[in-house]
Formats: sequence, structure tokens, C-alpha cells
Amino acid sequence: MLAAMNNLFYRCHCEASASSSASCGETHEFRLNPARSCIYLLLFFLTLCFSSSIYAADVSIHGFVQGNYSAGIAKSNPDGGDFKWAEERVQLKLDANKDPFHLFLKTDAFYDHIDTKADIELREGYIDYTSEKWDLRAGRQVITWGVGDLIFINDVFPKDYEAFFSGRPLEYLKKGIDGVKIGLYPKIASFELIAIPIFEPNNYTDARRFYMFDPMPNVTNREERDPATNFENTELALRAYRDIAGLDTSIYFYRGFYRKPYMIPDNLSNTTKITFHYPKLSVYGASIQGRALDGVLSLEAGDYDSRQDRAGTDYTVPNSQTKVLIGYQRQLWEDFTAGVQYFTEYMHDYSEYKKAQPGGLPKDRKIGQLAAIRLTQLLMHQTLKLSFFSFYSISEGDYLMNPEIKYNFSDNLWAAVGGNIFGGGERWSQFGQLDKNDNVYLQVRYEF
Amino acid sequence: MKKYLFLLMALLLPLNAFAVTGDEVMKKSQAAFLYQGKDFKARVVMKLISKGGAERIRELTMLRKNYGEPGGDQKFFMYFFKPADVKDMTFMVYKYPAKDDDRWLFVPAINMVRRIAAQDKTSSFVGSDFTYEDVSGRDLQDDNHSIMKEEKLGGRDCYVVKSAPKAGDVDYSYKLSWVDKGNFLPLKEEYYDKRGELYKAFSADEVKNIKGFPTVTKKKMKNLQSGHSTEVSYIKSDYNIGVADSLFSERFLKQPPKKWIE
Repeated sequence: MLAAMNNLFYRCHCEASASSSASCGETHEFRLNPARSCIYLLLFFLTLCFSSSIYAADVSIHGFVQGNYSAGIAKSNPDGGDFKWAEERVQLKLDANKDPFHLFLKTDAFYDHIDTKADIELREGYIDYTSEKWDLRAGRQVITWGVGDLIFINDVFPKDYEAFFSGRPLEYLKKGIDGVKIGLYPKIASFELIAIPIFEPNNYTDARRFYMFDPMPNVTNREERDPATNFENTELALRAYRDIAGLDTSIYFYRGFYRKPYMIPDNLSNTTKITFHYPKLSVYGASIQGRALDGVLSLEAGDYDSRQDRAGTDYTVPNSQTKVLIGYQRQLWEDFTAGVQYFTEYMHDYSEYKKAQPGGLPKDRKIGQLAAIRLTQLLMHQTLKLSFFSFYSISEGDYLMNPEIKYNFSDNLWAAVGGNIFGGGERWSQFGQLDKNDNVYLQVRYEF
Repeated sequence: MKKYLFLLMALLLPLNAFAVTGDEVMKKSQAAFLYQGKDFKARVVMKLISKGGAERIRELTMLRKNYGEPGGDQKFFMYFFKPADVKDMTFMVYKYPAKDDDRWLFVPAINMVRRIAAQDKTSSFVGSDFTYEDVSGRDLQDDNHSIMKEEKLGGRDCYVVKSAPKAGDVDYSYKLSWVDKGNFLPLKEEYYDKRGELYKAFSADEVKNIKGFPTVTKKKMKNLQSGHSTEVSYIKSDYNIGVADSLFSERFLKQPPKKWIE
């Protein structure tokens, strides 16, 4: 995933502008948007219809209460605080079934000790309609594509990297999309067709909590420009998948936008304002996963077509790229699994890129390479989990290490303690720039 | 003359004392224990009991469908109700007798289906004392089977079969199985470690007739060295319910149909 956002932080000043605009992170989800409102209205209406017959439906409520804290161990935060994350959270999941419909609502209420605020967040909320040959899901939903482990090529859906770097449970890395997904299941293959009318960007670390590289720290006038919500800008994603000779095979297509912001300075020699935008993107990709060499072998590739700058001459728009991933996972002994991944990305018009990139801004490499490893050992009847995950950038020399211990005290209560350690590379490289943000975290959850 | 013939037969008797071989008994036992019916569904409650008596509960619905003869391919679909942190997870296995299984896990929190790499032989099933092989069966060809004796167990006539792995791919050096001569269900198993000491014991604690198929509805595996044990009860089970092939797919891993998992 991280290579996919290579050198993005210096471009992403979303965080820096967080205080002045309501365009980042959690608050982003609550922006009023006509299309979003329409979807909610539709969802609300469907829920109402549904509730009228809810007495006949099969309803269940589950959820959890959670404490999640992460403390910096390298240095105090840019704003002087010591915590990257500190919150208590309650999640309620409501499931209601009445064939052929299914309603699911996952709502979080939380209290954030750093910003001293309480809020409510709709994590997921959708209605399913299922028939024999097809189904439909409308509303806020999480979509995960591809075969990478934290390396995303064809998973073009929004992520919350702040959650990942702050030591939050992994599920918070994925953000929901507001849209409609149709599943078709003819004999020849299965299809997922997704339409997303409202753009949702990635969420990156908050500049008050995380040190990041900023090429123009003195420019404080910053603005974010989202793609307008209209028919033409509706994102489309298609996945076709089937078994071919015992291998899980998928092909992917996406037409939409980059989810990381790219900067447009108003004037290069004397910048007074930076506008961040999300350039147009199409992705064509494929993946294969299957049993091989006594383990599971994964292959994935994607072609990133940067539609706004196919010549690669505009420095405010990323160059087109080809990305390839190879992964292998194997159980080496009882309850111990090792996974390794190699990722590479290749810039299509590097000479144009080099020419166009203004002096003073760090340059991406033509070929980026990243390795990842994951080791997991389960102990004590799988109630104790020791894990280690690490990214190492072969091209940049920077790294992330994430060791974690998780213990299930009972069937309902678990706790995890871990750390995120960053370093190496340059002060602008993806993990290198996070060097001063090493943190240890605690997650405690009671599930019901 | 007849007298001599009788004597001769009596002398030969120990050599082929049993009408069937160990291989045949284990083959029938596998068919009775793991391949009954065209398909099978059970609501399974597993109680993991620590040495000190602390309990953890795993509750799931398991669906199984056979492809071909007993001993052939099978597909498994499991949906977890408990514990809370794995609720709504589903797990699918394509089991092949002669090669490694294909396995997929669906993680609902991130809406992701992933293949998982796990070896059958020594992996614990959801942290219990049962291995994957105990749940879905071990290749008969992997062991040498021989009938040691016949004896009564709880009033039932049994073959006692010794199964010794041909390769050292499992934790035990051999296993003794008490197989009911009537219905061929394994009523008791003892696992001996490399030093020849008994370390794991299985017992079938309740057998019920379901749609004419004798079915072990309560069973237990105890690790005698750690003191940990696992009790499994089938609180609902049924055969030949017409499980569709399409159930064993990514589509239904992500959205398990209520009618199959309830």
C-alpha cells in the first residue's frame, strides 16, 4: 500500500490544512454533499420501509467497547502532545434480515482525548438485495480488492493511513465508499460492478500529531479541491473473477481519481497558495492467487493511466505507472506462518517527469521497489498471537516495523500491544519522513 | 481326515484371523465418520477446556458436500457465530485426498476473502485439540493400518486398528482406533508420541441415528500432557439437504445465505 503512495506525504498537506478546512479525516465524512445526502435519504427511506416489516425480520445487534491509545516514543508531537491517538469507542452493528433484503448498520461513537471531542461515525450502512443470479448493495460499504497484504494495486478504494500509523486496529485502515455495488453471477465468471457518485479521498496523518516532510512549510494558504460530484465524475470499478485451473483469477478496471492529493502551487518562484487536487486516474489490472510450493502464491499487476497527463509533462499530476506485486505465504510449523512480498512500480515517462519536476522538490525514482515480511505465531490454543510486519524500501532504504502481541483474555475481551517504528531513507521518503513518529500502542476491546 | 483339516485350519487361523484387513476397516470407518450422505450440515459447539477448567466456546455451522466416492473430494463451508471477535467469519475448504487443500477465509471487518496457507497435519482447528486432519480426515494412504485385536468397548464389538504414519509428518508415532464393528464409527482413539507414550485421546461420547446415518454427535479430544481438552457437540445435524454447489464460492463466503447457516 505504502509504495502505492510513494513520496506522497510531501505532496499531502491535507493535514496541514486540517485546522483551516473541514476537508480531512473524520470530518470529511460529514461534509454535506447533495449526492451523499440523496444516498442517505434513500438509505433512510429503505430503512423505514424495512422497519415497517421489521417485526417479521430477523434482527441482531452486536458490537464492542474499545480503548485505543498510542504514545510517541521518539519525540513529542509537532503540537507538543505526546499521544498519536487516545480514544474510547463504542461500535454497534445492527443486522436485519428479511429475505430477499438485508440491512446492515455499523455505527461508532467515540471520545477523542487529544482533540477533546466526541463524535459519531457511520462506518458502514447498506441494504442488500439478493436474488439467485445477481445481488445489489447500496450505501456505505467497505470494498477490498487485490491479493496484496497491505500493498494495494487494484484496491483503489479509500484508506485511512493515519489509522494504520497510529496503531489503530487494522479494520480502520479501510474507509467505506458511498455507492452501489452490483454482483452478477453467470456461469462464465462472477462480476462486481461498482459506481461511486461521491469522491472520498484517503486520509493521511494529522500534521499536529505527526512529523512529515513539507517542501513548502511557509506556505500556509492551502486549499483542497475535490472532484465535483456529477454524473461524469462518478467513479466506476469493475472486477471479473473466476477459478482458472485451481487459481483464483481476477481482472480489474477502475475509472476515477487518485485518492492522494497532489499540489498545485499558484506560482513556483513565489508560492503564496497551494491547491491540492485529485487527478483523474484509470487502472487496468489482474491478479492470480493459488496454492504453490506448499504455500499460497500471489501475483498482481496494474497499469495506472494518469489520464490528465499522459505525456508526463505536468508536474502537478503524477506520471502513469505500472505496478507489480509477488507474494508468497507458507506455514512453516504449527501455528506459525511467514509471508513475504516484493513490489515494484515503474514510471512510464521518466525523462519527461525529470524535466518537468521543479527544482527544490524531491524526485521520485523511475523504479521503486519495496519488500514486506509478515511473521505470525499463535500460541496457547491460538489465544496469544505474536506478529511482526515490516516494510523495507529497496530503492529508498527506509522502513517501517510493526511488532505486536495480542492476547484474548476471554472469548469477549482482548488486548493488543504493539509498536510502529519508522526510519532510514531520506527525510522525504515515505517511511523515512516518519522517523520521529515512532509510537507504541494499546488496543483493548470488549466484544459482545 | 476332517479332524486334520480342522487342525490345519486352526493352525492357520491366527494368520488370517480377521475377515477384513486394517486398511478395509479404516476405509469403512472414514466413510462412516466423514463421508455419510451426499451432504451434511451441523451446528457445532466446541468447548475448549483448559487444565484449570476455564472454558472458551467456538460455535459454528458446518456444511459439507461430497464429490465422488467416500475417500474422494469434499467441500466444506463454515460460518462462525462465536466467539464475538470472529462472528460472521466464514471459512471454506476444498479437500482433496491426495494433495493439499485449498482454503479461504472471509474477514468481515474489512470485507476481504483471502486464501490461507496452512498445513493440515499439525494445525489446530480454531485453537482446539482437534487438528484440521481430525476434522476433515487424513489420507488413508499416509498410514500403515493393521488390526491388533478385537474387543468390546462400552458393550460394542470393536476392531482395534493401529495406524502408523509412513512419514514423520505428524506429532504422533502411531494411533490406535477402536472401530465399531457394526457401524464402523471410531469410538475411541489413542495417540502415542515418539517415545511411545499416550498423549492424546479421542472418544465418541454420543452416537445418534440421523436420517438413518449413525452419527457421532458428541466427541472429545483430550491432550493428556497439557491437560487441555475439547468437547464437540452437534446440536443440530442433518443429511442430504441439497446443498448447492454454488454455496462454495466467494459470493456466499461474503454473504452466507441465512437458510444454510441457521
